[in-house]
Amino acid sequence: MTTEKSPEIPSELYEKGPVVHQPVFIDGSSVDIPELKILHQDGTIYPDADMPEIDEAHAIKIYKTLAFHRVLDERMVASQRQGRLSFYMAALGEEAASVGGAAGLKPQDMIMTQYREQGALMYRGFSLENFMNQLFSNEKDLGKGRQMPIHYGSKELNYLTVSSPLGTQIPQATGYAYGQKVQGLDAVTICYFGEGAASEGDFHAGLNMAAVQEAPVIFFCRNNGYAISTPADEQFKGNGIASRGVGYGIKTIRVDGNDILAVLKATQIARAYALKENAPVLIEAMSYRLGAHSTSDDPSGYRTREEEEKWQANDPILRMKNWILAQGWWDEEQDNTLFEGLREEVLAAVKVSEKIDKPHIDTLITDVYDEPTSQLKAQLDEVKAHVNKYPEAYPFTAGKF
Amino acid sequence: MAQMNLLHAINNALDIAMAENDRTVCFGEDVGHFGGVFRATSGLQDKYGKTRCFNTPLVEQGIIGFANGLAAQGSVAIAEIQFADYIFPAFDQIVNESAKFRYRSGNEFDVGKLTIRTPYGGGIAGGLYHSQSPEAYFAHTPGLKVVVPRNPYQAKGLLLASIRDDNPVVFFEPKRLYRASVGEVPEEDYQLPLGKAEVVQEGSDITLLAWGAQMEINEKAAELAANDGISCEIVDLRTILPWDIETVCQSVMKTGRLLVSQEAPLTAGFASEIAATVQSECFLHLESPIARVCGLDTPYPLALEKEYISDHLKVYEAIKASVNY
Repeated sequence: MTTEKSPEIPSELYEKGPVVHQPVFIDGSSVDIPELKILHQDGTIYPDADMPEIDEAHAIKIYKTLAFHRVLDERMVASQRQGRLSFYMAALGEEAASVGGAAGLKPQDMIMTQYREQGALMYRGFSLENFMNQLFSNEKDLGKGRQMPIHYGSKELNYLTVSSPLGTQIPQATGYAYGQKVQGLDAVTICYFGEGAASEGDFHAGLNMAAVQEAPVIFFCRNNGYAISTPADEQFKGNGIASRGVGYGIKTIRVDGNDILAVLKATQIARAYALKENAPVLIEAMSYRLGAHSTSDDPSGYRTREEEEKWQANDPILRMKNWILAQGWWDEEQDNTLFEGLREEVLAAVKVSEKIDKPHIDTLITDVYDEPTSQLKAQLDEVKAHVNKYPEAYPFTAGKF
Repeated sequence: MAQMNLLHAINNALDIAMAENDRTVCFGEDVGHFGGVFRATSGLQDKYGKTRCFNTPLVEQGIIGFANGLAAQGSVAIAEIQFADYIFPAFDQIVNESAKFRYRSGNEFDVGKLTIRTPYGGGIAGGLYHSQSPEAYFAHTPGLKVVVPRNPYQAKGLLLASIRDDNPVVFFEPKRLYRASVGEVPEEDYQLPLGKAEVVQEGSDITLLAWGAQMEINEKAAELAANDGISCEIVDLRTILPWDIETVCQSVMKTGRLLVSQEAPLTAGFASEIAATVQSECFLHLESPIARVCGLDTPYPLALEKEYISDHLKVYEAIKASVNY
């Protein structure tokens, strides 16, 4: 095969490659995708690794967030099993992706998530009470008891309220970041999603628009191998999600998602690049969803115990613990105290939040519009009259208005 | 006052909105330098720069997803969907996201600063994919406001109100009237209220209700009816959601009869919603069944467009049938 560079007619329509005179296909193997790893499972650092910016205080904050995440998930799955909670979604085994991403940002950066990124919100400082009030949809829930458990949100912490439709946050993140750019803010938007959600049209829409409209947004794909029961190899044929970034003209990096230092490093450089160049970055964090999709499914029906065991050996929290132990920043006694204390706190918080009243009946019609319309007020009055007529059928609100 | 067609009035409203707030951004397919396929955004990129008025890729779900994020961020987002027929890829972003943003977050976040402009309706030989009137789909979605102007004066005042309203608004522009409808429009800033119908002509025998381009059909039919000695009260609904039940019902209680005409197909159109509410509110005042004059329950045709549409003659016949019931 002969090739030559430099065709005679210049083109602005595409970047010219070599000209050939025999037909050849290109495919994914044309692009090698490196995977960033910094931390071994035993807590040692790869010898030539570029470390992220991190000091002892930052490392301990990250580790405590990971511990809180693990404990909250364990306790809430157990609460669901006891019938105290309707639904829960744990992130067992992939906590480093959401926590490490948030730890690489500044507080003014916007976080938009899919639903399994409670770790990012924990890192931002959302209180245990706020988590509980959302999970029990009581009157103290910031979301006013309107969404299923785990649909957290906080304006104060720049964490957009989760919405169930998959992938809708992706083009929204592009728009949000564009607004940050227009205003000249020292702020970017990070947008989390799973490898399954990347099949949605909104993924294509959001990434292509971010590249074209030059928006400082970090697309953070948590590739955890499964979309409910569908394994990644039944989701796409290409080389993960990272290969797509190249097609959109987006700077892309793949990292070991269970390596907190690699995730942190990638997010730090992505933020700096996005802000400086007014351009998006795609991060693909490779991990594994060790738990079920939600409390409503059982993974034993669609994968083997052997497969899960391989990934249990890759626990991201244990990996970080090994590193901070080696640094001399942490010891086993502190670790036991931390986990035991968290378990007690969570248990106590459940007992408080599950007893708090449901939201007031008036919140049925608020926030549909900025002000309730006359039609909505009339509908609410009808409901109230009905509740008063059959109070025993409506125990949450009867006698409370 | 100046003479403006409906496009000039829209363009003028956008100009005012962009001048008053440097966080106002206009975008959509071909919206930038070209000024949109109908030229509604003509000159805005030259005046306000490429950052604030720009082309997007051809991706309606992306345009509205982007707009939702931009509005949530605090910018004033004015998105154009080139034809209402092509709004459906964005249906999820509008129905599940724009409409529910404030409610689902407990008012932590909202997209009140979002306005979606889109040309709708037939009469331009556009066939089934350049003629639809999809307002009823959006009227079924709590959280949205749906607005349709009938002429240039209304278009400017209602669009400025929609842009400044703190709720997401879908603003349907009657494209058949873009150049055909010309009228006196003040050059200065003004707003017309959302959620308020307008009694355009008082009458005593029957209320004719419509919105957008269908208004001039009703007016023409009312002239024919007047020759027969029938006095029509003509009402423009203006806002489909939330709609002005009070003004409509007051009119019906006065005239005792109601005819609603719409371009969209009959079944489950917004005329049906109006009929249900009016019969419940005005039952004892009605002297004849509420009449709906609508498009057929078919896709919008091309060659047989004239037969399909609810034109002034069909409305005229329905007026006589109602009055002589």
